[in-house]
Amino acid sequence: MPRIGIFVCQCGNNIAATVDTKKVAEEMARLPGVVFACDYKFMCSSPGQDMLKQAIKDNRLDKVIVSACSPHMHEKTFRKASEAAGLNPYQCEITNIREQCSWVHHDKTKAAGTAKSIDLTRMTIERLKKNKPLKKINIPIKKKALVIGGGIAGIQAALDIAEGGREVILVEREPSIGGNMARLSETFPTMDCSQCILTPKMVEVELNEKITLYTYSEIEKVDGYIGNFIVQIRRKAKYVDEERCTGCGECIEKCPFKVESQFEMKLAKRKVIYTPFPQSVPNVPVIDAPNCPKIQKDKCGACAVVCGPKCIDFKMEDRIITEDVGAIIVATGYELMPNERFGEYGYGRIKDVISGMQFERLASSSGPTGGEIRRPSDGKTPASVVFIQCAGSRDEKKGVSYCSKVCCMYTAKHTMLYHHKVHEGQSYVFYMDIRAGGKRYEEFVRRAIEHDNAMYLRGRVSRVYEKDGKVIVQGADTLSGNQVEIEADMVVLATAIVSRTGADTVAQKLGIGYDKYKFYNEYHPKLKPVETVTAGIFLSGACMGPMDIPDSVAQGSAAAAKALSLFSSDEMMREPITAVVNKPTCNACWDCVTACPYSAIERDTVKNRDGVVVRWLAKVNDGVCQGCGVCVAACRSKAIDLKGYTDEQVYAAINAF
Amino acid sequence: MTAHGKQTEYQTGGFEPKIMAYVCNWCTYAGADLAGTSRMEYRPNVRIIKLPCTGRIDPLFIIKAFENGADGVLVSGCHPGDCHYTTGNYHARRRWIGFKNLMEFTGIDMRRLHFSWVSASEAIKWVDLINKVTDEIKQLGPFMEYKGLKGK
Repeated sequence: MPRIGIFVCQCGNNIAATVDTKKVAEEMARLPGVVFACDYKFMCSSPGQDMLKQAIKDNRLDKVIVSACSPHMHEKTFRKASEAAGLNPYQCEITNIREQCSWVHHDKTKAAGTAKSIDLTRMTIERLKKNKPLKKINIPIKKKALVIGGGIAGIQAALDIAEGGREVILVEREPSIGGNMARLSETFPTMDCSQCILTPKMVEVELNEKITLYTYSEIEKVDGYIGNFIVQIRRKAKYVDEERCTGCGECIEKCPFKVESQFEMKLAKRKVIYTPFPQSVPNVPVIDAPNCPKIQKDKCGACAVVCGPKCIDFKMEDRIITEDVGAIIVATGYELMPNERFGEYGYGRIKDVISGMQFERLASSSGPTGGEIRRPSDGKTPASVVFIQCAGSRDEKKGVSYCSKVCCMYTAKHTMLYHHKVHEGQSYVFYMDIRAGGKRYEEFVRRAIEHDNAMYLRGRVSRVYEKDGKVIVQGADTLSGNQVEIEADMVVLATAIVSRTGADTVAQKLGIGYDKYKFYNEYHPKLKPVETVTAGIFLSGACMGPMDIPDSVAQGSAAAAKALSLFSSDEMMREPITAVVNKPTCNACWDCVTACPYSAIERDTVKNRDGVVVRWLAKVNDGVCQGCGVCVAACRSKAIDLKGYTDEQVYAAINAF
Repeated sequence: MTAHGKQTEYQTGGFEPKIMAYVCNWCTYAGADLAGTSRMEYRPNVRIIKLPCTGRIDPLFIIKAFENGADGVLVSGCHPGDCHYTTGNYHARRRWIGFKNLMEFTGIDMRRLHFSWVSASEAIKWVDLINKVTDEIKQLGPFMEYKGLKGK
């Protein structure tokens, strides 16, 4: 008979308010095998853990259950405490009576919560009786990191890891690193020029010997697990030999074809052979193949003619390269909601209705107008500009339900930039609320209103239309209770920040979770903000949700610190939740081999003493097995089982239902 | 009844179904945890068994649950394409389709058996699902057909 101890946590009042913990302990004490049961205010506290250890020793317990919060919260804590008291850590189980019981059943009579807690604990007891001691698996760690995305978050992460002395591979989809930050004119709340603070970091990436930079590349496939990822990277054909290109720019000069520039948010054109912007890193142009007549129809080829080092190769093809890394940092960033969604604001119909990011380009000294504010339709300097906040944000019907977080700040910045550049100009801001939480943020908005003449109107815009070369904006000012109509020269929409197109595909390749807006899920919103549920994969920046530059940089560094701490030892211990084959009953049907998502099951043989194969059977590779248990359910002869979730354990729990 | 609906039926002393839920560790279990962290409220009739992946679920688990007095069974995991183990939930889905037909053939009311996708961020979906399933099974009454089989 096992000697089981039950510890029911009150979690202050979190559990005790709706669960009679004392009664749960008393009921459990009656079950066969239970030799100790008690309840306690805070099991996770240091006295709580000491009590657990003492009870194990005093009562010679060989198995323990802590009925408390979710195992995702404190399973590790209690297993560690049990181990310290001499138990195998896998002889400690958690019953979730907080997140899945006391917090969701608000019955103050405690009847429902207590009944459910008793049931759940009883099921855990029966399951625990079948637990076998398990040993953690040692796995080696490849001390090299992969950073996906070369925006400011990814750049920061890569630089920090490199500075920590480890190798980094930085993969960027576009021809240059820099991301969205490279597009910005000035940055709030200090008004330092975005490129001035970003480009030195970009150059640092290029010069750092520890960093291998793959631009114009995408993640093709990710295999493996923490410490041992195998990543396939598609290096898209640039049609320019990176090694030999000197970045002289002759080819760009000579290229006779122009298309809309994505970097300039369609406000300007670029050549078909191009670098996104003059300070691109690496300073190597790429050919936009779908638009290149030479590649499509074998006409032109001017770039190859003028290229001094002869590094243009129209026959270049995509290459797939494979890299082994120990940790992955995902920093894929954000996009703006397509403005075409805002028909009522005239976008797409009225040329002078632009997005916030387009305004950034107009205000940027490296932008299409050289930093002069000119409206797109006729190039005139606008005498008045209306800024519309929350275009798509906080609007579940038309857009997204969340707040895009940075728009209040950048709109205040826009009004300032506009006032600095067009002294006589008048800016109007239609807003819902001003959200300026952050160091020196509120002061910044006050400055826009008090010193830079921005007129803030609290209310929504109902209609935007064109009349005699003006853009008429109709809206409400809810503070004065008046309807307002403004004759503006230009309208700027603070469009919602959304996740990258294809963010879900990337998540699926990596095996990480995402929410309904396709922003990636952190492991824990407060305590594990840069980790994912997949060990060894970390997040940083706006791929998790709208985020400003300081937060993105902080997260880049945080993710780098996580990767570096992983790299600080040569090997790590992994949970021993792996499949195991019962040799005598395996009949080698290979259903498990087909089912395994990780190719972790091999076809093994048994030989007689003459070396002749007498039978075949499946064999699990412990290093590769991730413990999903798909093979177990697939096995017809029940010859394969999953440690920690054996059939015996599950059926024991079901039988105690 | 919505996520924030007030639960009153529990105290009325009527038939309270027992529902077994087999959920995966990464999506639905975390989604159910989130419902708790967000202090939502749902019917207390469900008992969750956590498994690493829905792909681990043997159809026999479901039959055993019925034998042991479950009035309904719920299986829930990551959305298609979002499986933590890449393809585990596809196995579960395929197995489910075959199993469902078999159960239907044996005459089990399919309102007693539910398969759902609930992600780690879909606490509200979890709450609505539990409430809906509980209410439906409450109307169907106790499930007796399999209970006699236990131990035979």
